[in-house]
Amino acid sequence: MSVDKETVAKIASLARIQMDDEALERMVPELNQILGWVEQLGEVDTANVEPMTAVIPNTLRLRADQVNVDPKTGGDRRDDVLANAPAAEHGFFGVPKVIE
Amino acid sequence: MTELTNLGVAAIRDGVKGGDFSAREVAEAFNANVAAAADLNAFIVTTPDKALEAADAVDADRAAGKELGSMAGVPIGMKDLFATRGVQTTAASHILEGFTPEYESTVSSNLWAAGAGMLGKLNMDQFAMGSSNETSYFGNVTSPWRRPDGSNTPMSPGGSSGGSSAAVAAHLAPAATGTDTGGSIRQPAAFAGITGVKPTYGRCSRWGVVAFASSLDQAGPMAHDVRDCAIMLGAMAGFDPKDSTSLDLPVPDWEAALNSDMKGKTVGIPKEYRMEGTDPEILKSWDDGIAWLKDAGAQVVDISLPHTKYALPAYYIIAPAEASSNLARYDGVRYGLRDLPEGAGLQDMYAATRSAGFGDEVKRRILIGTYVLSAGFYDAYYNQAQKIRTLVSQDYDNAFKQCDVILAPTTPTASFGLGEKSDDPLGMYLNDVYAVPASLAGLPAMSVPCGVNSEGLPLGLQIVGKAFDEQGVMNAGLAIEERAGFTAKPEKWW
Repeated sequence: MSVDKETVAKIASLARIQMDDEALERMVPELNQILGWVEQLGEVDTANVEPMTAVIPNTLRLRADQVNVDPKTGGDRRDDVLANAPAAEHGFFGVPKVIE
Repeated sequence: MTELTNLGVAAIRDGVKGGDFSAREVAEAFNANVAAAADLNAFIVTTPDKALEAADAVDADRAAGKELGSMAGVPIGMKDLFATRGVQTTAASHILEGFTPEYESTVSSNLWAAGAGMLGKLNMDQFAMGSSNETSYFGNVTSPWRRPDGSNTPMSPGGSSGGSSAAVAAHLAPAATGTDTGGSIRQPAAFAGITGVKPTYGRCSRWGVVAFASSLDQAGPMAHDVRDCAIMLGAMAGFDPKDSTSLDLPVPDWEAALNSDMKGKTVGIPKEYRMEGTDPEILKSWDDGIAWLKDAGAQVVDISLPHTKYALPAYYIIAPAEASSNLARYDGVRYGLRDLPEGAGLQDMYAATRSAGFGDEVKRRILIGTYVLSAGFYDAYYNQAQKIRTLVSQDYDNAFKQCDVILAPTTPTASFGLGEKSDDPLGMYLNDVYAVPASLAGLPAMSVPCGVNSEGLPLGLQIVGKAFDEQGVMNAGLAIEERAGFTAKPEKWW
């Protein structure tokens, strides 16, 4: 399978990366080279193979259903959470207007 | 007195403990080397005061007769992928420039608790995506090694942990943290003539490590020799409830159990790794390694890992897919860069921010990942790659019925000049052809220096072990180290 400029533009839009015409043109052959190379995976018969879900057998743990057991991951950290925000206002993340 | 900056982790720890020198003297010596090595561009930020502060705490503890930690008095370099409280953490990207975490990664916390200090944050490939350290927003790292042909071509320290490998090789730090998603500890270790260990997936917590491909990312030590790596890995590893894939297992005392006697051990040699066109010098170093392990008492058997050739292409679907998902968090809202063009809405802000903040290689991988996960292509690409990952893992299960560890080259070539491969993304990916299969299977693996090629550049050998058997891997590494007699050092030019 190969991609054209229109497809790359669509992927870039899905990935929320703005790309001008020149950047799109440049990306088309690069992506096609990589996609052409991974195509070889189609040679392998995987009809009876389960896709990998965990490399090391491990069960997901559940933490106790309690608030703030670990202060590092618990609540009451609003100011820390906002400390690196480009536009924190009144204790919230500021974003451009999204509702008219 | 010996030059303090020539010492490794064990020698510094023992010397500080024995009172041969103070932790402060060690930190001052390495701080001076770091300050004098700007030409290598190995650090994004330096933190000499942090190194001194940690050293003073160790000296005070010693004076007070307190027990010292396993890394007491050892100043280290921290890859800029680890969140460090109050110290800029960028993953070598523009989008995280200025990001100053309010928290500390588990691995770095563990190291500070063991008495280590921080010399600074090490440069790397942007978001750990790259094999030559040419994708950093903060400029290339230059290897301390040069070809002895007088051309002075700047050489690649490998990647993505290229700042780590350059800093250790140049004696700016006795050891450094690295992370390995598809070879990012082992390949730079091989390029720089140092030792690096990627432990079993889950040994070291991923909490506070900037995520690239979460099912593959694993932290590990990079240092001068096997013993130093064993000590440092012991300090880094351990169960962490804050990482859902952390292994809930005790951390063995790897250093105490180091043993290079390979009697009764079987070493597997994978025939699929003798790929067409492999550099004959790499093949020769592999033969040397086989002879050394036999000399150490090991039995050597041929094994087959039939899906080897599919591991790398499968990796270049899985890793970008996870990256496209993980890197969705960089949106200009919560942290990092925001690019808000005049009159732009929310969606435009996302797209402008990510366009300005990510480098070309990061964009390329996000686009690949977005494509292979998109409707209509998911089964053909992503699901097929995950099935092949199962087959690669089963290959190892079968091989380990016949052998205890596997020996292979770390890389298909020695280091190359910066810029010599950077316009060929696919050619660059092939650097990790030997390293990626163990990553896909989550297995412990290491690179140990074994000699130099005809250009005088270091080569590494790779050992892969069974899950949880870091000990077996490091023991075989030690057997090679003792026999390789690798003493080559880069001549100082910086």
